Amino acid sequence: MLVSIKWLKDYVNTQDLPPAELGEKITRAGIEVDAVIDRSQGLSNIVVGYVESCEKHPEADKLSICQVNVGEETAQIICGAPNIAAGQNVIVARPGARLPGGMKIKKAKLRGEESNGMICSLQELGIEGKLVPKAYAEGIYVLPENAEVGSDVITNFDLDDTVLELGLTPNRADAMSMLGVAYEVGAILEEEVKLPEITYKEAEDKASSMLTLNIDSPEANPLYVAKVVRGIEVKESPMWLQQRLMAAGVRPHNNVVDVTNYVLMEYGQPLHAFDYDLLETGNITVRHAKADELITTLDGNERKLSLNNLVITNGEKPVALAGVMGGANSEVSKNTTTIVIESAYFESGSIRQTSKEHNLRSDASSRYEKGVDPNRVIPAAERAAQLLSELAGGEVLAGSVIFDQLQREEKIVNVSPDFINSRLGMKIRLDDMLDILNRLQFKTEAMNNQLMISVPTRRQDIQIEEDIVEEIARLYGYDEIPSTLPETATSPGGLSPYQQKRRIVRNYMEGAGLLQATTYSLTSEKSATQFAMKQTELTRLLMPMSEERSTLRQSLLPHLLESVSYNTARRIDSVALYETGSVFLKGQDELLNEEEHLAIAVTGLWLDNSWQGEKKAVDFFVVKGIVEGLAAKLDVELEFERGELDGLHPGRTAFITLDGRRIGVIGQLHPNEQKARDLKTTIVMELSLVELFKDQTEALVYTQVPRYPSITRDVALVLSKIVEAGTIEKLIRSAGGKLLKDVRVFDLYEGDNLEAGKKSVAFSLTYFDPEKTLTDEEVTAVHEKVVAALIESGAELRS
Amino acid sequence: MEAQLNELKTQALDKIAAASNVKELNAVRVAYLGKKGPITDLLKGMGKLPAEERPKMGALVNVVREEVTVRLEERMAILEEQAINEKLQSETIDITLPGRPVKSGNAHPLTRVIEEIEDLFISMGYEIEEGPEVEKDYYNFEALNLPKGHPARDMQDSFYISEDILLRTHTSPVQARTMEAKGGEPIKIICPGKVYRRDNDDATHSHQFTQIEGLVIGEDIRMSDLKGTLSVFAKKMFGEDREIRLRPSFFPFTEPSVEMDISCFKCGGEGCNVCKKTGWIEILGAGMVHPNVLEMAGYDSKRLTGFAFGMGPERIAMLKYGIEDIRHFYTNDVRFLSQFQRTEV
Repeated sequence: MLVSIKWLKDYVNTQDLPPAELGEKITRAGIEVDAVIDRSQGLSNIVVGYVESCEKHPEADKLSICQVNVGEETAQIICGAPNIAAGQNVIVARPGARLPGGMKIKKAKLRGEESNGMICSLQELGIEGKLVPKAYAEGIYVLPENAEVGSDVITNFDLDDTVLELGLTPNRADAMSMLGVAYEVGAILEEEVKLPEITYKEAEDKASSMLTLNIDSPEANPLYVAKVVRGIEVKESPMWLQQRLMAAGVRPHNNVVDVTNYVLMEYGQPLHAFDYDLLETGNITVRHAKADELITTLDGNERKLSLNNLVITNGEKPVALAGVMGGANSEVSKNTTTIVIESAYFESGSIRQTSKEHNLRSDASSRYEKGVDPNRVIPAAERAAQLLSELAGGEVLAGSVIFDQLQREEKIVNVSPDFINSRLGMKIRLDDMLDILNRLQFKTEAMNNQLMISVPTRRQDIQIEEDIVEEIARLYGYDEIPSTLPETATSPGGLSPYQQKRRIVRNYMEGAGLLQATTYSLTSEKSATQFAMKQTELTRLLMPMSEERSTLRQSLLPHLLESVSYNTARRIDSVALYETGSVFLKGQDELLNEEEHLAIAVTGLWLDNSWQGEKKAVDFFVVKGIVEGLAAKLDVELEFERGELDGLHPGRTAFITLDGRRIGVIGQLHPNEQKARDLKTTIVMELSLVELFKDQTEALVYTQVPRYPSITRDVALVLSKIVEAGTIEKLIRSAGGKLLKDVRVFDLYEGDNLEAGKKSVAFSLTYFDPEKTLTDEEVTAVHEKVVAALIESGAELRS
Repeated sequence: MEAQLNELKTQALDKIAAASNVKELNAVRVAYLGKKGPITDLLKGMGKLPAEERPKMGALVNVVREEVTVRLEERMAILEEQAINEKLQSETIDITLPGRPVKSGNAHPLTRVIEEIEDLFISMGYEIEEGPEVEKDYYNFEALNLPKGHPARDMQDSFYISEDILLRTHTSPVQARTMEAKGGEPIKIICPGKVYRRDNDDATHSHQFTQIEGLVIGEDIRMSDLKGTLSVFAKKMFGEDREIRLRPSFFPFTEPSVEMDISCFKCGGEGCNVCKKTGWIEILGAGMVHPNVLEMAGYDSKRLTGFAFGMGPERIAMLKYGIEDIRHFYTNDVRFLSQFQRTEV
């Protein structure tokens, strides 16, 4: 809502506050002033000029040489506008004038002809092109004939004004009108509100003699007022009206349309004017549209209607989409002499639905959707009649044609001063409360420690006690509320075990050298299930904004890999990222099974200490080590089993299992996948945190620090390449019994010195007895058992 | 023999003084004091002396041996220290060479902000509640006093999956769920999480972002409690000398509703580019829980009241760290992420 302060002063004394200060007061009281716009923008030295003569420039087709009377003198001005002509009153920027954007007008020579100033368009005065009347949109603006030559344009045409741009929340529909804003400002500044005085002369003929009215849908249209004005002359509106509309962000058209828009802005009540003759039938019937009925609205679009749409008809065909937009077939034009003014109350839900269905929003629909003041429907019609008789020479027929079933009593809210103070934590005196309610013009009776408040119908947002609490508080001032802390029983607060584990993971990952990434949950249908271990039916949005963000992900890896590629494309060759986030799987429930996952993606060098000759590229075991460390931290026993997953290297992929359940996958990207993503060797991992966190960790009980030494024996084996070290390790552990404390691979050799298809793996075995120092003989006895078991399994001892 | 002894002593002391390293000195020791050395020889030859001269000569030899030994030890100490110094000298390294890098990652800036807020409220007795990102229309809107067709639904265009299921547009459904689950009991929670709205991604909009909301319900919870709580929050997050101000606003799920501004932490309220010359920065929305919301979740709104507040970690991080583009949070440029390594204590 754009509020011209000059216009506002018609209704309320703004105490001549500087606009910024007025704006601040309005903001602090509850309606945010988004901008304070100075319409004059530093304009100066701009006057009304009379074009005495206008001739073509001999050297330039598009330029005219004008002799312009600017009051003190007649100045020669070169003008490039196509619509310049002798006999016009125009806007002249004199030499020394300033225009918006800091442009300064100087005497100049244009193609050899002197030019003493500039004849201006409205755009050149800083008015937005879309607000300039169509007739002047492509050229200079022509002032009325009675404009006083040489007078100051800025002050005479109300450009010395400031506009407040209000950012309205949906509840404050009451402030979508100048009067509504006037009530708000009146309450803030403790000033009275002056309503427009409506007086005009009626004709003897009655409106009902020319027009009949039928309302077929009283639920959707409980009040309809029609007035008939005849003998009007459709022409340009006077300057003051045009300027006010432009200040309010509305483009002037002609006096009839401008009056309806002016009253809309003034009262917040949408009006519509029909050309009476084009109605043809002298009848207005409001009904729901028939299926597939057609109407061409004023914006030139033909629209196919549905049964939900309320339409105004002439008894036969639609002439307007009720509350949204008029129809082209009854539009007011230059030839119009008699008009019907409609002022009606349409139920908000119906308008909202129609507006949404046709994707058509107008100044009218945006007000109806939020609910207009039922008590302004009739005054707005009268106000329009008055202005039309004043500005269009019209004769208003007596009375109105009216249908009225609208309830419009004021809502009563009962609230006690104690309630208000206890909700606020304040001690506001009753007198102060009554004063605020009086400023708001809410009629209030106080008795028995209870306030009985009649809420004016313009404030549809005030329904319950808490709404009154807010009204009192916002006008009393939120700065006056003290600061306290809740006096509730204090509980310890904290993180749940799951949340604690999540933080442990985060801290661990960072200690391991990974950067935390955050990616989008929405992805393309194509990548939604890529790398997903559990794939379910896709979950697509009903109306995605793009295919790229159309489907919920089932794996974190596609986006995480995109992030890795983003970095390598910028010559950051070593990237180590991790992410925790939900994947979305279809389940039994109508809601999805959201499972929190952890994912890792690493590429490039893991360790780079080149001057000391230490360099380590990422490989499978770097990431496996991270996962193993995490498992130790969380006290879970993870196992890794060879597996295959689309997109991963078939020989370098493992599933991660916990208690026999597959909870994750780790692997190197398949070379094709790496190529497609323009990546070098990249290792990824993804696992379900929900699964990982499932079991409570056991209480930590310390084990005694060894008092006796342990003894280490090594064994080097030659194995078939297909035998996995993990299998051998298990064998060693079971054969070693309880004295065998630890088994570690310390060497792996696959090379020329071995038979083809063989590899050598060396293990280091640690023996330990917590009760005593082991003797060589005791260790040898166990170790020989281990060796025997290995040989039996087919392993050869390496000499 | 005495003259011979003195001659020997002079010779030995000269050699000790001339020895330039430990090895040479050890050779001197062996040469003069060893079992086959001249002093030992002299002592051995004492048997040939007359018995009355022996004690005198014996004492004399011992004095000489003592002196040679002491001087040799003295010299040895000097030479040993010299040897160590030479070794240390040769072992000198260029300490300006870089250290072996310790690999270290860090939290995403949004995690950093969210955890800081979580920890602050945990210290005030709050618990952390989370909920699904794909939500029922009921919890996302209806239970929050936003019935179907409510004009305020326009404020947040949503991604629907079906008529009744959508990606949550705020974390408030977690509040609605918690209230329903607590069955009328007091509540003190913080709800962080991802939310989604139909916005085109640009420098200031993101179709996915995060929110963190708080909810307190109890007997006699007042608006002053909300103000006090937010004031503690503002000072902890943005500095002890921050002031807050509340401005009336509108949210369907709170009444009264407010927006909270803090005095600008950059200029202290003078007016600068961060606060757009107003001296104040809008941080969050809040209000007293609407009685309809309480009643829908089964609370007696006459007996229990509450307040709620909600904010955007993106906005807070952008303000705190001076980040100009919201897309940075989701691009995961390592050069961006790794800047949030260092602590700020």
